[in-house]
Amino acid sequence: MRRLIVACAAAALLGSGCKEQAAAPDSGGTKRLVVGFSQIGAESAWRTAETESIRAEAEARGVDLKFSDAQQKQENQIRALRTFISQKVDAIILAPVVETGWEPVLREAKRAGIPVVLVDRGVEVEDDSLYATLIASDFVEEGRMAARWLAERLGGTGRIVELQGTPGSAPAIDRKRGFEEALADFPGMTIVRSQSGDFTRAKGKEVMEAFLKAEREKIDAVYAHNDDMALGAIQAIEEAGLKPGTDVILVSIDGVRAAFEAMVEGKLNCTVECNPLLGPAAFDAVERAIAGETLPKWIKVEDRVFDQSVAAEVIGTRKY
Amino acid sequence: MRDAARASLRAFGRAAPAAAAVGLLLAFNAAFTPGFFDLTTVEGRLAGSTVDVLNRGAVVVLLALGMAIVIATGGVDLSVGAVMAIAGATAATLAARHGVNAWSAIAAAVAVGAAAGSFNGALVAGAGVQPIVATLVLMVAGRGAAQLLTGGQIVTFNDPVLNFLDAGFIAGAPMPVLIAAAALALSLLLTRGTALGLFIEAAGDNERAARLAGVRVRAVKAAAYVLCGAAAAVAGLLAASDIRAADANNAGLYLELDAILAAVLGGTALRGGRFSLFGAALGALFIQGLTTTLYLHDVSPNATLVVKAAAVLAVCLAASERVRAWIKHRSRP
Repeated sequence: MRRLIVACAAAALLGSGCKEQAAAPDSGGTKRLVVGFSQIGAESAWRTAETESIRAEAEARGVDLKFSDAQQKQENQIRALRTFISQKVDAIILAPVVETGWEPVLREAKRAGIPVVLVDRGVEVEDDSLYATLIASDFVEEGRMAARWLAERLGGTGRIVELQGTPGSAPAIDRKRGFEEALADFPGMTIVRSQSGDFTRAKGKEVMEAFLKAEREKIDAVYAHNDDMALGAIQAIEEAGLKPGTDVILVSIDGVRAAFEAMVEGKLNCTVECNPLLGPAAFDAVERAIAGETLPKWIKVEDRVFDQSVAAEVIGTRKY
Repeated sequence: MRDAARASLRAFGRAAPAAAAVGLLLAFNAAFTPGFFDLTTVEGRLAGSTVDVLNRGAVVVLLALGMAIVIATGGVDLSVGAVMAIAGATAATLAARHGVNAWSAIAAAVAVGAAAGSFNGALVAGAGVQPIVATLVLMVAGRGAAQLLTGGQIVTFNDPVLNFLDAGFIAGAPMPVLIAAAALALSLLLTRGTALGLFIEAAGDNERAARLAGVRVRAVKAAAYVLCGAAAAVAGLLAASDIRAADANNAGLYLELDAILAAVLGGTALRGGRFSLFGAALGALFIQGLTTTLYLHDVSPNATLVVKAAAVLAVCLAASERVRAWIKHRSRP
């Protein structure tokens, strides 16, 4: 073993590859693992938290992380992946901005023997051996959790309005589906209106204003696909002279800090966490993939439900 | 002075298609949207769907006023959405993070908007860069600057003065409506009460002829961009005040397109040379009225954009002289 390490170090000094051996887990210390990470951008607090988590974990494990911000563009991500491949990184972590169009570049990575770990969103490819695994929350399950919590809170009956995410986006589609699925068990609960608030506070508020007018304030609960839209809706409810959290029950998804603050103030009732702290799981997967293990194609991130009863307690521990 | 009066009359005429579109929309709602015209007061503030349309429309009205003036000079300003984000971020970070007095924060935000406008003006009027390219610079970089200011986070504030911009009201009327109305009155006075409107149209219609006639074309163009930037900054303040936060990623996103659309619906020619501020405001209210109507009728979000596009297309076709002439020709026996 020692001779291998020495040979390896010498080879590294001479500038020749020797990548396979150096990357093997039992040769730790000889060569730092090099991992490329292609991130979508920094469009939300959630994504910033995800980036931070992966960066911090790389540092903690002594991994050399090559970070690339795609600014919401797939072509930038593909370019970043090609650069990583030509730099002969040991593994790639990819948060894909869209689902389609990844086959050619993933095939290039596979041919180069570089495992690709997807985080938080999946890709559509014919051959699922093109990536090692996907580490992501189950958006459908998040929707189901929100529906079950709401059913219990309302005692199985109520008129609900839904604030959807951006039309066509995976979280919007899946969170809607999961919510409707779980709601099917409670015939007394109906979604009376459902519109897109584009995942933003401003649109959430604007749509909620219209809902309150159209339904003449006969709304028992709001289900928002993310916290920001719920925070906007809270303002609309207040401006209509009602008390959010009491007159109208609100449940949303993500679990950002502002949502916990609103719960402590009694204005938001519940948030289903969508955990962005994927760093540890991502690097566990990277190490296992490099070691040649076959991973399940989807490693689900455990999400939890937080309501007002625990908000004050856990708010101090929230990292994002 | 008589010329100016005549020009302002003509400008009102240009607003006819937008006025007709708003009229049709109101008629549709009178017939099919129960309670659309109901007015109530909530804690002294007027509330109702019509108030919502005016209130929500205020942002695009402000943008459309500035845009109409810029387009009349033969230009276009793609950066207004990004300037909104910068202005909101400036005011919110100053007030919430640096403890600056709210009035100073508002003044700083408007100054930053005007500075952004003068940057555009310098590129277009000074350096002769194509307006669409010159303002594209700030459209892309401006949002980045706003994100730098906020550190990529949503910066929330709770300041009585900043909150008042959106939530405040005078005699029941919400502040955004009053601010937009004041901006409309002020800009009408500025462009139709003085010769400035004629200068703007002259600069956009035929630059060389205007220069030979003694119009300081460059100064007029630069001034148009400064006005547009300042109006966008005020719109950005309203948008931030609306949600008590500066959201640099989403504030004003794609609103430059709504502003251009509103100006064009309102009878402002994209090739420059003529504009109608009244029409631009009506165009903005038509867009917002359409959005609110679709919400009230719970049209599926997947279909919303198609319905909007169809409505806009119908208005544009109705306003097209060639289409009208063709219809007239066909309807003759």
